[in-house]
Amino acid sequence: MHIPDGFLDTATSIATWAVSIGGVGYAVRRVKQELQERQVPLIGVTAAFIFAAQMLNFTVAGGTSGHLLGGALAAILLGPWAGVLVLTSVLAVQALLFQDGGLLALGANIFNMAIVGVLLGWVVYAGLKRLLGERTWSTMVAGFVAAWLSVVVASLVAAVELAVSGTSPLSLALPAMGAVHALIGLGEGIITVAVLGFLRSARPDLLALRGAGSQAGGAR
Amino acid sequence: MSWLKTHWWAIGLALAVAVALFSPLASSHPDGLERVAEDEGFVDRAQDAPYEIIPDYVLPGVDNEGLATILAGIVGTLTVFGLVCVLAWVLRRRVGRAVS
Repeated sequence: MHIPDGFLDTATSIATWAVSIGGVGYAVRRVKQELQERQVPLIGVTAAFIFAAQMLNFTVAGGTSGHLLGGALAAILLGPWAGVLVLTSVLAVQALLFQDGGLLALGANIFNMAIVGVLLGWVVYAGLKRLLGERTWSTMVAGFVAAWLSVVVASLVAAVELAVSGTSPLSLALPAMGAVHALIGLGEGIITVAVLGFLRSARPDLLALRGAGSQAGGAR
Repeated sequence: MSWLKTHWWAIGLALAVAVALFSPLASSHPDGLERVAEDEGFVDRAQDAPYEIIPDYVLPGVDNEGLATILAGIVGTLTVFGLVCVLAWVLRRRVGRAVS
């Protein structure tokens, strides 16, 4: 879903850059208030894993591929604000070092995947957890739904940006992006749940740590 | 055991690098956005980057494409790890400073 340069017009590029700078700036302030020293390695490892996993495109129907975005996963493991910084960092390295996603379009890519993807994933996950209660299966269900929705909604936002830029009419871009990412989102959900399940058996304290962090003033 | 407790992140990072080793097996089909861009006929609007360092996740100067992809993945994984750790370290709450 990394938008290359050329797909967005100047106004959309500048507007999304402005919103992303504001959003990431706010995330930096929240992380400064909340982040404890012992969480630093987990944030680094999560970012490294998401970058590596994003390279592993899997085939979905019709000669199309997708890969993990990791926005919901980062939000679940690290909380929404550290999650925004992790996805922003991944996208920045991909654009600057690997020419994946445009430089002018980086603001839009950060907005779609690091801000909308992460925050929506977090809101859905936290809401479903509250609804379903504190059980193993509720973590998995909430994780899957949050992951799926974060990908689909991010793709719809990208479709709106394409339409506003005059690249593709909304009546075509919105259903096309939504349909293909509804499939890719299933992969996102499966990988997210697999990682959560692995961590639950290997390092249950990491998921518990996140709960303690949110009580200390994280997401209210 | 105590080494594992304090250095578990090294295992996590090793796992992330291990994931990157599988990158040559990734599907080469266009991704969701590229598919839509081809179907809707605006894929040609994509512009080339003004410069290239490791384009298409293939490390330049390595003949074997699989190896070049793996090396690109390792470079990226370690770069992201280093960048995010430095960022998080700078932003961490400094409540411990007055105490210790």
